[in-house]
Amino acid sequence: MNTVKKVYLDHSATTPIRAEVAQAMMVAMTEQFGNPSSVHSFGRAAKKALEEAREQVAQLIGAQPGEIVFTSGGTEADNLAVIGTAMANRKKGKHIITSSIEHHALLDSCKWLEKNGFEVTYLPVDSNGLVRVEDLMAALREDTILISIMHVNNEVGTIQPIEEIGKIARDKGILFHTDAVQSVGKIPVDVNELQVDLLSLSAHKIYGPKGVGALYIRKGTRVEPRNFGGGQERKRRPGTENIPGIVGFGKAAELARINLPEEQKLIILRDKLIDGLLERIPDCQLNGDREKRIPTNVNVSIRFLEGEALLLSMDLKGIAASSGSACTSGSLDPSHVLLAMGICHEIAHGSLRMTLGRDNTEEDIDYVLDELPAIVERLRNMSPLYCCEKAAQCEVKEMCQNV
Amino acid sequence: MYSEKVMDHFTNPRNVGDLENPDGVGEVGNPTCGDIMRIAIKVEDNIITDIKFKTFGCGAAIATSSMVTEMAKGKTLEEARVITNKNVAEALDGLPPNKMHCSNLAADALKLAIDDYLAKAGQVG
Ligand SMILES: Cc1ncc(COP(=O)(O)O)c(C=O)c1O
Ligand code: FES
Repeated sequence: MNTVKKVYLDHSATTPIRAEVAQAMMVAMTEQFGNPSSVHSFGRAAKKALEEAREQVAQLIGAQPGEIVFTSGGTEADNLAVIGTAMANRKKGKHIITSSIEHHALLDSCKWLEKNGFEVTYLPVDSNGLVRVEDLMAALREDTILISIMHVNNEVGTIQPIEEIGKIARDKGILFHTDAVQSVGKIPVDVNELQVDLLSLSAHKIYGPKGVGALYIRKGTRVEPRNFGGGQERKRRPGTENIPGIVGFGKAAELARINLPEEQKLIILRDKLIDGLLERIPDCQLNGDREKRIPTNVNVSIRFLEGEALLLSMDLKGIAASSGSACTSGSLDPSHVLLAMGICHEIAHGSLRMTLGRDNTEEDIDYVLDELPAIVERLRNMSPLYCCEKAAQCEVKEMCQNV
Repeated sequence: MYSEKVMDHFTNPRNVGDLENPDGVGEVGNPTCGDIMRIAIKVEDNIITDIKFKTFGCGAAIATSSMVTEMAKGKTLEEARVITNKNVAEALDGLPPNKMHCSNLAADALKLAIDDYLAKAGQVG
């Protein structure tokens, strides 16, 4: 039989639910099914499960349980953080600072605010995908009410200088939000060390269920709700709570906290993959800072080929990854993150992101390194841009200057 | 998301490569996503006797290139010239809606190759 080996290298897209998490969710669904707002024993059991999960999530980021608001995911947490604080502080000022490499959950919230009378500064990043603190300093205004900079970028895995920015924000008395969806569980995240006022989380990136997340809101920070209804989550996020999801999130958060030191081991696999790719594939470059990078992220651009064709070919070999190519995005625009880093359209087109997880092994990496060169070779031989020895003086160079 | 036919043409593309001394060459860039396709033809007695393509693009772009070369080979110039992107997409059992533009690339590159041949042969197409 010809069974294809399966290697999942798309953990930044989502992770498999861990067995312990699924078990806890099963209990929540079958035994703790009451409505946490009900007075009776069924309601109380659900309420207890909810508050336990809140503690588990709070503990993961060094927060108080009362500072955690459960949401339907990272997207809603970002929306609530940015729009909720902007609206609550609109009398103080109308200016917000963010970066050009944020997740669309954040960028699109900013777009909405711009339509509603706010002004937003999108900080550039350097060619390594890092925000420069000088640029932030230069962007500060009297009427700046909020700074929102992601902790770790989801595409290139770069770790932003959040502590430094947090200190500046605190000194100036400006609220500071960070999207920690891609950092939590992989590197230490502590709301006091980072000096953040708001922080977004998502369960499905840490081996928990999809459709559940949280916003940390520092005690005393005013946030206008985006949902209206009951009094759940201290009125900041009304609606009967997604108990199975939240319980699963709580369990995943507990495991993420305990297993954090293990994530460091993935650095060995990550570096083996990066070095192997750069060595075995000509005209291949690493995207994003090599050092200030989470242990799980590999992002390379392979020139003269297109990412979707690459992903399809890899999928036929059982390897799951993602790409910032325009052809893989619904909008047909290449990755805004790579473009912001000054990477040209054509090179963004051949970008390949592989994100590791706790179940990946050295054999997985060897398999990818064995299979990929032939896949690349095949696609390059089909590409009108690839001129073998002449690669260096290829027409692509001119194209790049046009973008 | 792709049909079996698309995957077949993607994994085993027909007529990939370059022609030595082609009679006509058509190259198009896709303004939507920035991809590029080149088709080269050999013509004898008004018939496309050989055809090759090279494509820098997504799975659909590669599959449509492959399909259009297969459809055009052995056809008269007139027959080949009226192949539309819709014909190509249908021959592949359809394309996802957001990938229809990729098939334009193939039909356009073929037309340009034929026009190039006609221009060289002194007959404006
Ligand atoms: C940085 C970042 N923020 C927000 C989100 C959205 O999270 P969710 O999928 O839970 O809505 C993601 C997930 O893709 C992400 O990577
Ligand atoms: S060629 Fe870019 S989406 Fe098909």
